[in-house]
Amino acid sequence: MIVSRAKLTPTVLIGGGVLALLWAGGALSILLRLILGLGATTNLNDATPWGLWIGFDVMSGVALAAGGFVIAGSVYLFRREKYRPVLRPAILTAFLGYLLVIFGLVLDIGQPWRIWHPIVMWNPRSVLLEVAWCVMLYTTVLALEFSPVVLERFKLHKLLKVVHVITPVLVIAGVILSTLHQSSLGSLFLIMPEKINPLWYTPLLPVFFFISAVGVGLGMVIVESSLSCRAFHRGLEMTILSDLGWAAVWVLAGYIVLRFADITLRGALVNAFRPTFTAFLFWLEIGVGAILPMLLLARRSVRFSASGLFRSALLIIFGVVMYRLNMAIFNFWAYTGHYYVPSLMEVLVTLTLVTGGVVAFGVIARFFPVFEYSE
Amino acid sequence: MAVSRREFLKLGGSVGMALALAGALEQESVQAEATTSDQFGVLIDISRCIGCRTCELACKQANHLPPDSQPAGQAKLGARTFTYVDKRQITQDDGKPITRFVKRQCMHCIDPACASVCPVGALQKSDIGAVIYHDDRCIGCRYCMTACPFDVPRYEWESSAPLIRKCQFCFGRLEQGQPTACSAACPSGAIKFGKRSELLAEAAARIKENPEKYVDYIYGKDEVGGTSVLYLSNVPFEELGFRMDLPKEPLPQRTHAVMSKLPSLVLGLAVVLGAGTVLSGRTTNGNGQVDEESLQGGWRK
Repeated sequence: MIVSRAKLTPTVLIGGGVLALLWAGGALSILLRLILGLGATTNLNDATPWGLWIGFDVMSGVALAAGGFVIAGSVYLFRREKYRPVLRPAILTAFLGYLLVIFGLVLDIGQPWRIWHPIVMWNPRSVLLEVAWCVMLYTTVLALEFSPVVLERFKLHKLLKVVHVITPVLVIAGVILSTLHQSSLGSLFLIMPEKINPLWYTPLLPVFFFISAVGVGLGMVIVESSLSCRAFHRGLEMTILSDLGWAAVWVLAGYIVLRFADITLRGALVNAFRPTFTAFLFWLEIGVGAILPMLLLARRSVRFSASGLFRSALLIIFGVVMYRLNMAIFNFWAYTGHYYVPSLMEVLVTLTLVTGGVVAFGVIARFFPVFEYSE
Repeated sequence: MAVSRREFLKLGGSVGMALALAGALEQESVQAEATTSDQFGVLIDISRCIGCRTCELACKQANHLPPDSQPAGQAKLGARTFTYVDKRQITQDDGKPITRFVKRQCMHCIDPACASVCPVGALQKSDIGAVIYHDDRCIGCRYCMTACPFDVPRYEWESSAPLIRKCQFCFGRLEQGQPTACSAACPSGAIKFGKRSELLAEAAARIKENPEKYVDYIYGKDEVGGTSVLYLSNVPFEELGFRMDLPKEPLPQRTHAVMSKLPSLVLGLAVVLGAGTVLSGRTTNGNGQVDEESLQGGWRK
C-alpha cells in the first residue's frame, strides 16, 4: 500500500478545480445524451454514423488496454518473470480500460438499455458479435486476474489460493480472447472496401490491428509506470521499462515493414506521396507514431533515459490512436465529403472517461497493494 | 439460426463457442444459395421514368410516413423517406443537357452486408427477397449504416429510443401476393415487380430489342453479388451517380475469410500456449515466492 499525503499546492487546487468542472460538464452531457438522444448531443448524422466515441473511447480504448494481456502473457506463458513488478499495474490499467470501453459503448449505442441483447441474440456471421463476446469474457478474466490484489488486501487467503490455481488458465484465456478481439476490431472494416483508402484497406487489417495493439500495450505500460512513479514517489523500474522499450522496437519494426510491404504489393504506395490530407494523416500515423518512436527507442541513450522512454511511448500511443481514428473517422471524411468534428458534449464525455480512469487508478493504487507483487 | 441457444450453452467455453459459430456460418451460406432464384425483385427502367414522384407518395402511404416537402432534385433518403426520385442533369455527347430521374431506395442485396454485420440479427434477408429489419432486436450500433455499400440505412437521430429506418420492400404486401407499393403506383411502367430471375431475363430482352437505346448493362445483376433491385438505363450509369467500382462478390465473403479461420486460431493458441505453460515449468518455489534467479529473465537476454 502506498501512503502519501497530497499537499494542497496551487497546482493541485487549480488541477482539482479544472477536473471538477470537466466532470460536471461530462456528467451533464451524459444525462442530456440519455434524455435527448444522440442527434441533440452529438455531431453524428446519417453521413457519419460513427464518431469520437467509437473511434476513440471504444476502438482506441481497447488497444490502449492491451498492456494487460501483453505483460500477463510475458510473465505467465513465456516466463519473463522480470516483468512481474509491472504486472499488477498493467492489469489494473487494462481492467479500468475495458470498463471505460464498455461505458463508452453503452453511451454510444442508440438504445443503451439493450446492451445485453448480444448475450442472447446471436448473428454468428457478425464480427461485432464476436468482439462483444470477447470484450465481455475478457473483462471478466481481467477482474479475476486483478482479484488477488483485493483478496490480499482483505486477507482472504482461501480464495486467493483458488485464484492462484486457476491463474495460468485465466492468462491463456486472456491472451486468446485478446488476440481474437484486438484483431477483429480491424476485421470490422473488411466489409467496406469501397469506403477505406487503399493505404489502409487490406485483408491484413486484423493482423495490423493485433500487432499495433501489442506495440501500444508496451507503450502504455511504460507511460503508466512513469506516471505512477512520479505520483507515488516510487523508484522507476528502469531496467524493466527499457527492456519493454527494446521489445517495442522489434514490434514496431516488424509492423512497419509489414505495413509498407503490404501497401507496396497492393500498389497503393503512390497514395502516400500525393499532396492530400489523407497522405498527411497516413504519415502522421506511421511516420510520427511508429517510425519515429522506433528510431528513438533503438538508441540506448533514449531507452535508459526516463524522459526519453516516456516521450517515445507517448508517440507510440499517438500513432495507434491515429490508426484507429483514421479507420473509424478520417477515412469517412474522404468517402462522404462530410467533415465530422465531435461536438463539445462528445469531447467532454471522452475527457471525463479518460480522466476518470486515471483518477480511479490512483485511488485504487493508494488503497490496494497494486505495486506489491508475489505470485 | 440452425444452432439453438441451449446447444450453445451446453458446449460452453470459448473453443466450443468458436467451433459452433463456424458450423452455423456454413449452414447459413448454403441456405442463401438455395432460395435466390425464387426471390422477388424490381426492375427500374430509368429510360421510362418521367419523374412524377408518385412512387414516393405511394411509399409514404404504404409505410404510414408523414409526407415531406423536399423539392425535386434535393430529396434524399431519411428516417421518414425510404425512397425518392433523384433528379440528374447530365450533358450529352452533342453538348445538350438532358434530365434523368433515378429512383433510389434499399437495393435489397442477395447477400446483404447490413444483415451480415448486425451483431443481434436485427436485419435479415428473407426468402421472398426483402431485407427486413426487426426493430425489437436493434441495439443501435449503426454498423449496418457504415457497412452498406449503397449507404441506405438511416437512423432516427432525433429520437431518444432511435431505430434504423429503410425500405422494407413492402414485405407485408408481398406476403399477401401484392407487388411493392411503389411499383404498383408507377404510371409509366418504369418500375416492374416480379421474380428476380424473370426480371433479369426481361432486362436482357429489352437491351436486345433496343441495343442503340440502352446501355448494355444491368445494374444490380452482379454488384456485391447481386441485388434484388435492378436498373436499366439509356445513359451511362456512372453519370447518374451509380458506383461502378463495387466488387462483384458478396461483401460478407471478406469477413467470412477471416471469421472462418478463428476456430483454428483459438484451438492452435490454446494448444500451443497450454503446452508451453506446462512444459516451461514453475518459476516459484514452494512458498509461492518467485525464484531470485528467474527474476532476471526478460525479453532481452
